[in-house]
Amino acid sequence: MAETSHAEVQARAHPTVGHVVPFRVLATVWGTLLVLTVLTVAIAGVDLGRFNLEIALTIATVKASLVLLYFMHMRYDRPMNAIVFIAALLFFMLFVSLALLDSHAYAPDLIPGYAPGLPR
Amino acid sequence: MLGETTREGGVAEAHSEHLAHHFDTAEQQFESGKLGMWIFLATEILLFGGLFCAYAVYRSNHPEIFVYAHRYLDKVLGAINTAVLICSSFTMAWAVRCAQLGRKRALVRLLAATIALAGCFLGIKYVEYQHKWKEGLLWGKYFHAKLEQPATQATASPIPAPTPAFNPDERSLIPPAAQGPSGLARPGHPAVLGESAGPPRDVQVFFAVYFTMTGLHGIHVIAGMIVLALMLLRATKGEFGPAYFTPVDLAGLYWHLVDLIWIFLFPLLYLIR
Repeated sequence: MAETSHAEVQARAHPTVGHVVPFRVLATVWGTLLVLTVLTVAIAGVDLGRFNLEIALTIATVKASLVLLYFMHMRYDRPMNAIVFIAALLFFMLFVSLALLDSHAYAPDLIPGYAPGLPR
Repeated sequence: MLGETTREGGVAEAHSEHLAHHFDTAEQQFESGKLGMWIFLATEILLFGGLFCAYAVYRSNHPEIFVYAHRYLDKVLGAINTAVLICSSFTMAWAVRCAQLGRKRALVRLLAATIALAGCFLGIKYVEYQHKWKEGLLWGKYFHAKLEQPATQATASPIPAPTPAFNPDERSLIPPAAQGPSGLARPGHPAVLGESAGPPRDVQVFFAVYFTMTGLHGIHVIAGMIVLALMLLRATKGEFGPAYFTPVDLAGLYWHLVDLIWIFLFPLLYLIR
């Protein structure tokens, strides 16, 4: 659609590779991240028992996803980059789960009083 | 539609000064660079994963240490630092956008702003570290903080009063012991440590975890600042533009990962209940 003469001007203004994230999107993500930070600090001030940790981690995961999808362009990238990243996350989760399983297997053998906070 | 124009553009500028000879098109070169960076970021996640795993194991076995010791961290400074890093991530993402669009002066300013915010983060971190150093809230054998003891604990004897050993009505031949049976516990220690109201045992474990995790993160911030300074130097020479912005993009990916890790470190270390 563009003329040859215009194409050259356009090539100077726009990259030939990659995706340019609109400024509005970047600013919205920035604002959301700051709001979520305030929210997670506010919720930490309220005693919700074991849900405090779960809510804090959920908010952190939402924030991390926003950074990944928009700041790190994952939403616009080829899926291969996401596959690499998610594979690393899966192996990390496997690692932590097995370590916790093993550590909890020995929990009953701990000397009484040395792990008083451990639920039995 | 985007793919078509890109491919045309790639063919058009084959053998351009930025295209290495072993790549067919600029797009192939760009995607390869990005994939390599993501693989590096995956190894970074596994590096920090080991520390997050240590955190998970310690915290699940000794939650009382984490609940007790996290109060010695400054929640306000931690929250400010989180906001500072988020702002630096934003300026970085904006800088990449400016590089892509060829706005060279804005790129230089935004890279400088990102480095300044990173310096701000390290400055606040220094204040926090210095406070802990003064208070002796350190790791392992260097831990020498005077932890607050409950007032009642100091006056009341921690040793439970021995049960009356001798009952004259019970005419036993065995003479009464001077102290009640204490099993294998050392005398002077309460039988069950968790029931004491004072600080839990091994509080230094929390500070070992804290300094290792935030320290490794801090090293990454310094490394990121060096990389960003190199990008700034090249940006001032006007090297980046729509035809060549991959180094800025990849440095940005690294910087966002540093932010990403702090997003998890902050609630896990500062916001425990």
